[in-house]
Amino acid sequence: MSDQARVLKFQIFRYNPLKKGDKPRMVTYEVAEAPGMTIFIALNEIRETQDPSLQFDFVCRAGICGSCAMVINGQPDLACRTLTANFADGEITLLPLPGFELIGDLSVNTGKFMRAMSERVESWIHDLHADEVNYDALEERMDPDVADEIYELERCVECGACVSACATKRMRPDFLSAVGFMRLARFALDPRDKRTDDEFYEIMGNDDGVFGCMTLLGCEDYCPKDLPHQTQIAYLRRKMALIR
Amino acid sequence: MKVIYTDSLVIGGGLAGLRVAIASMQRGYDTIVLSLIPAKRSHSAAAQGGMQASLGACIKGDGDDEDVHFGDTVKGSDWGCDQDVARMFVNTAPKAIRQLSAWGVPWSRVRGGDREVIINGEKVTITEKHEAHGLITARDFGGTKKWRTCFTSDGTGHTMLYAMDNKAIQLGIPVHERKEALALIHEDGVCYGAIVRDLITGELIAYVAKATTIATGGYGRLYSVTTNAVISEGIGTAIALETGVATLGNMEAVQFHPTAIVPVGILTTEGCRGDGGLLLDKDGYRFMPDYEPEKKELASRDVVSRRMTEHMRKGKGVPSPYGDHLWLDITLLGRKHIEKNLREVKEICEYFLGIDPVKEYIPVRPTQHYSMGGVRTNATGESPTLKGLFSAGEAACWDMHGFNRLGGNSVAETVVAGMIVGEFVADYCGANPLNVSTGTIAHFLKKEEKKITDLLVRDFGENPFALKAEMQQIMMDKVGIFRNGPDLEKAVEELTVLNQRARHIALRNRISSSNPELVEAIRVPKMIKMAQCVAYGAMLRTESRGAHAREDFPERNDRDWLKRTLATWPDDSSDLPELSYEDLDVMKMEMPPGSRGYGVDNIIVHSDAEKRMAEIEEITKANSSADRFELQQLLNPTPIPEKFKGKNERIGRGYK
Ligand SMILES: Cc1cc2nc3c(=O)[nH]c(=O)nc-3n(C[C@H](O)[C@H](O)[C@H](O)COP(=O)(O)OP(=O)(O)OC[C@H]3O[C@@H](n4cnc5c(N)ncnc54)[C@H](O)[C@@H]3O)c2cc1C
Ligand code: SF4
Ligand code: FES
Repeated sequence: MSDQARVLKFQIFRYNPLKKGDKPRMVTYEVAEAPGMTIFIALNEIRETQDPSLQFDFVCRAGICGSCAMVINGQPDLACRTLTANFADGEITLLPLPGFELIGDLSVNTGKFMRAMSERVESWIHDLHADEVNYDALEERMDPDVADEIYELERCVECGACVSACATKRMRPDFLSAVGFMRLARFALDPRDKRTDDEFYEIMGNDDGVFGCMTLLGCEDYCPKDLPHQTQIAYLRRKMALIR
Repeated sequence: MKVIYTDSLVIGGGLAGLRVAIASMQRGYDTIVLSLIPAKRSHSAAAQGGMQASLGACIKGDGDDEDVHFGDTVKGSDWGCDQDVARMFVNTAPKAIRQLSAWGVPWSRVRGGDREVIINGEKVTITEKHEAHGLITARDFGGTKKWRTCFTSDGTGHTMLYAMDNKAIQLGIPVHERKEALALIHEDGVCYGAIVRDLITGELIAYVAKATTIATGGYGRLYSVTTNAVISEGIGTAIALETGVATLGNMEAVQFHPTAIVPVGILTTEGCRGDGGLLLDKDGYRFMPDYEPEKKELASRDVVSRRMTEHMRKGKGVPSPYGDHLWLDITLLGRKHIEKNLREVKEICEYFLGIDPVKEYIPVRPTQHYSMGGVRTNATGESPTLKGLFSAGEAACWDMHGFNRLGGNSVAETVVAGMIVGEFVADYCGANPLNVSTGTIAHFLKKEEKKITDLLVRDFGENPFALKAEMQQIMMDKVGIFRNGPDLEKAVEELTVLNQRARHIALRNRISSSNPELVEAIRVPKMIKMAQCVAYGAMLRTESRGAHAREDFPERNDRDWLKRTLATWPDDSSDLPELSYEDLDVMKMEMPPGSRGYGVDNIIVHSDAEKRMAEIEEITKANSSADRFELQQLLNPTPIPEKFKGKNERIGRGYK
């Protein structure tokens, strides 16, 4: 690495809605870059040495838990796995993820949104007998490929990047969004979930559901787990169009 | 005064907490889960490798059963575990995994027919049984006789946690997110809930409950480099300690994982080695067979971590600006396998190291990973000294891991303990009316309020971030993989000083609502107390057992140390924890202490070991017609709840 101890310039959105009189503003912080530095490391350094009130969310710091999505130089991404070295001019602008309730600075309430999404799509296996299964006996078999395919759709980490990048969501506040569609596609594929197409239609067969999607595909572009949004939304749409 | 009443209060929304909550909810008790973060972001999600359960469906798991799993677990623990609990655990693990399967986990499945795998650096073809096609498969992990670690491609913990949280949402269990438990409410040896701070508004709330369960995960962040999440700070365990009544068990038992990336300490799963990856030194030489000819890279974790450290001390490490490291080579597994079963590892290498592990070696070093110690409970999950307080998962010292836990046994513990302890929590809710005065609740609430006000008005004092960094450095340097008397004494001394300094923290940002500095100021004194328990316990334990390795006492000393360390914190003004010891009863062991089969065998034997061995032989002979279940009942009867007592079916073997 050639650029030793570059000074990075962070422009960070600051606003604490709970502090009387506080106003949204951008504040600049300078940090000496270290090799392998991520935005996670830089933000913690700013908090510890410059401004202890700075709010942000990290949990796993390894790109696994989905806590840390924010808008980095205009693009939603996971901050913990973004290396500062990726930015040639050393200038990094950070904004909280739009489309979610702001807690303060870079921290937004994705958890509340995701729980509501899970309740809305009934994000669980629907099987009246699931709780009567005899767990001493061999488990129900599943085709190995089907298991792998379900997992592919279950890799979503509920980071919210797709929601923030969605133009439809901006116009329709109750739009289910890509994360919800992905969840539905996952359960629709799962032979253990006994829901019928009609039941799925009840959940997404309207303009706040899959028919509202304008296929601008910000979701596909920004999903940090590279989930196949385009094909899955198209699939759900076809499936739902066949019903009524 | 804001008070919220419930029957079952569960602190922690990871796998263990959610499973306990599901159990008490399904039994009809009002249940609330508290979590620092949205439940699905809990650190359980990070477990990539797998969950152990002796299903024996894949061909390399053929012949596996509860007894083999039990043997591996007890050996892995270096005989430090509670064998009743290990027994309950191995018998229930197959049920737990099958239940999770019904709840939606897309476990990877057996594919009948030939497949190519890498074993001991060589390509080998194995043939899976066609009659097992579609059952849950397993991979190899360290320290196990059979391939027993069930997995979902590369995202086991993620899929388990999502299925578990989805089940909790289905049952309508409220998860109160962004809430931090700061203290337990208790009186006359009974626990009645917790004082909780809302991390957004700063409001203090009393959650009053019949039964309280601590399921707050591990305390890896006592160390400066760890594989654990940034929230794995052990606060739940610390609030149990601060009651002065509840005890913590074996806090010195801290595991180091062989393969975290350098320098940031993010884990690459044991699955890398399980699937055939190798460890190489600076000369590209595979050194593990020299140290452990039999298990090689797949010896138990504590053993591999020590061997790696030894090898680096011989000058065989790869020098780097961040100190020496070794290489993990998974290139031999091939692109297809890596992109499917180790994709998370690939992503981590790409994003954090800028390398492609399909073609390049991964720089790794042993790193703090798992906390065997925690809130001491008996086999039902209840604190032996504070009634109504339960604990499950990594936060607990239920004690199935003793001094070293096997890979894959931890997520398995979370769900199994959740099932079992959850039943006892429900029993407790049914048997005990809520009997606590508002005076007591107010007393605990005021105490926490005062602590926060003191912090907010103090003008000058210590910086909480700096104190934490000092503590973490002491733990890294002096309470690490290899330990010795002089270093530990120094660590204990230095931590005691930090403890005193932590009473004078002052803030720069003095607001009571959402405030990261205040959060730190509340946590750091608790973390220092926990660190003191670890360091002091390690200093006094003059033997080596499992992950606790003393250079000055290299032998495992069953004669003097076949016991569990118990720590209490007498009162707020104390400088050190009080330690006492609880003997493990050899005469009750199903598997009396023996050798683990690694390195030289230098055990100082316990006088009862031979006696018990002879007794077991006699019992076995006298009951020669007993099957393995009857015999096990004779040797080690355990309090498994009725609903989990059934025998487990296996393919080709039935219920035998
Ligand atoms: C990188 C990594 C990989 C791993 N891989 C494996 C593996 O492959 N196989 C395996 O068996 N094990 C593995 N483990 C270990 C295993 O994942 C953990 O031990 C286990 O998931 C812990 O689960 P838990 O439910 O006890 O706690 P966690 O999942 O850590 O959950 C703790 C919960 O407590 C909450 N909490 C904490 N403090 C408070 C408080 N004061 N107030 C309120 N809430 C609080 C948190 O918000 C969180 O919801 C791995 C661990 C790591 C770090
Ligand atoms: S679908 Fe992708 S972008 Fe959307 S929440 Fe899930 S992981 Fe994030
Ligand atoms: S902190 Fe977990 S994904 Fe970034």
